[in-house]
Amino acid sequence: MSVEEKVREIVVDKLGISSDELKPESKFVEDLGADSLDLTELIMAMEEEFDIEIDDEKAQELLTVQAAIDYIKANQQAAG
Amino acid sequence: MKYNCYITGFGFHVPEKIMTNHDFEHLVDTSDEWITSRTGIKQRHISAGQTCSDLAYQASLQALKEALITPQELTHIIMATFTPDTYLPNAACVLLEKLKHSNIAVMDINTACTGFVSGLEIARGLCAISSKANVLLVASEVLTSRVNFDDRSTCVLFGDGAGAAVISSTCSPAHNMAGSLVDVCLKADGALGELLTVKGGGSAYPLTLGQPVGENFFVQMEGREVFKHAVRSMYNVSLEILENNSVRPQDVSLVVPHQANIRIIDALAKKMNLDSSRIFVNVQKYGNTSAASVPIALAEARESGKIRAGDLVLLVAFGGGFTWGAALVRF
Repeated sequence: MSVEEKVREIVVDKLGISSDELKPESKFVEDLGADSLDLTELIMAMEEEFDIEIDDEKAQELLTVQAAIDYIKANQQAAG
Repeated sequence: MKYNCYITGFGFHVPEKIMTNHDFEHLVDTSDEWITSRTGIKQRHISAGQTCSDLAYQASLQALKEALITPQELTHIIMATFTPDTYLPNAACVLLEKLKHSNIAVMDINTACTGFVSGLEIARGLCAISSKANVLLVASEVLTSRVNFDDRSTCVLFGDGAGAAVISSTCSPAHNMAGSLVDVCLKADGALGELLTVKGGGSAYPLTLGQPVGENFFVQMEGREVFKHAVRSMYNVSLEILENNSVRPQDVSLVVPHQANIRIIDALAKKMNLDSSRIFVNVQKYGNTSAASVPIALAEARESGKIRAGDLVLLVAFGGGFTWGAALVRF
C-alpha cells in the first residue's frame, strides 16, 4: 500500500469520515472537523505505521492531508 | 521469595461539593460541549476546606471496616499524594493521628498519578518481609489546591478525592471479595519531567517571604505530549505485566485505568483491543484525581458489581515525572 493510501486509511479511521470526503488539500481541523486530540491521535497512528517520529512542533505545521503525506515521504527517504 | 499479599479492604471518599462543566463557563472561556468532547468529564468533586488527610481518613475508615481490623492493628501507613495537608508534618503522620494510632512506620510517597500502584509495590514488599503486615495504602489528593483556575486548558481536568486499601499478609474467609496482589510493574523516565509539573515552592523554585505565587505553583501540562506518552506507556506496561505473568489479554476480566481523560482511556482500549465493557470508566463523575483515581475506580467497580469472585483485574496508571505502572489483582 502506498503512503498516500495508508495515510488516507488512517485519517478515515481516526476521524470517522467517508473516503469520498477526503481530498489531498483537505484541512484536518477546518474541513474534516478534527480537534487537537484527534490530531494527536492521527500523528501517533502515522508515527506507528511508518516508524518515524513527528515532534509536537512539526505536528502543528501538518495542516492538510497532503502536508502529512509529503512529510512522511521526505522523512522515510531520509531514514532510508 | 514466597509470600502472601491480599487486599482485604477497599474504600473511597470524595468531597460533597460538585463543580459541573457549566460552573466553569462562568470562570473561563469554555463550554460543557468543549470539555465533554475533549475529556469525557461532566463534573468533579471539589474540596470545600477538607484537606488531603480529611479525605484520606474517610476512605481509610471504609477500607478498615471491610478489612475487619481496627486502626490500631495497622502496622504501616503509606500515603500517596502530591498535595499533602502540609509539607511537614507529612500527610501520613496527620492521618495516623486522626486514626488515633502511633508507634508504627508511616510515609508519604509521591509518584503523582501513579501513586497508588507504586504504593502496592511497597505494600507487597512489606508483606514479603512480615507475615503479620497490615498496611493501609491510601491515595488522597486535594488537587484543586494546585489548580490555576485562570488556565482553561488545565482547570477543568482535575478533582479532589481519596481511595484506600488495606493490604495484609493474611486473609480469612470472612473477608468479602478480597483481592490477591499477583504482581506490580513500575516504570519512570525523568527526561520527560518538564511536560507535567508543579514547580513552585520546591527547592529549585524557593519561596521568598511576602512574594506572590506565580503560575508555576500550579499544575502545568503540555496536554498533547502527555496524551501521547500516557497512551503508549500504559499500553506497554500492560503488555509487559501480562507477559511476565503468562496472562493473555483476553484473560483479563476488567482493566481499571487511571482516570485522566476518556480519550486516553479509549485510545488505550483500542490499542489493547478491549471491548468497552472490560474497561472501567468513572472520569465523567470525578475528573482526574491523580493518585486517588485508580483506588476510587477500583473501589467503585468492586462496589457496583463489575468485579466478581475469580476475576483478574489489571490496574494501570500514568503520571508526572513521568511515572507509570501496572498491577494485577486476582479476586
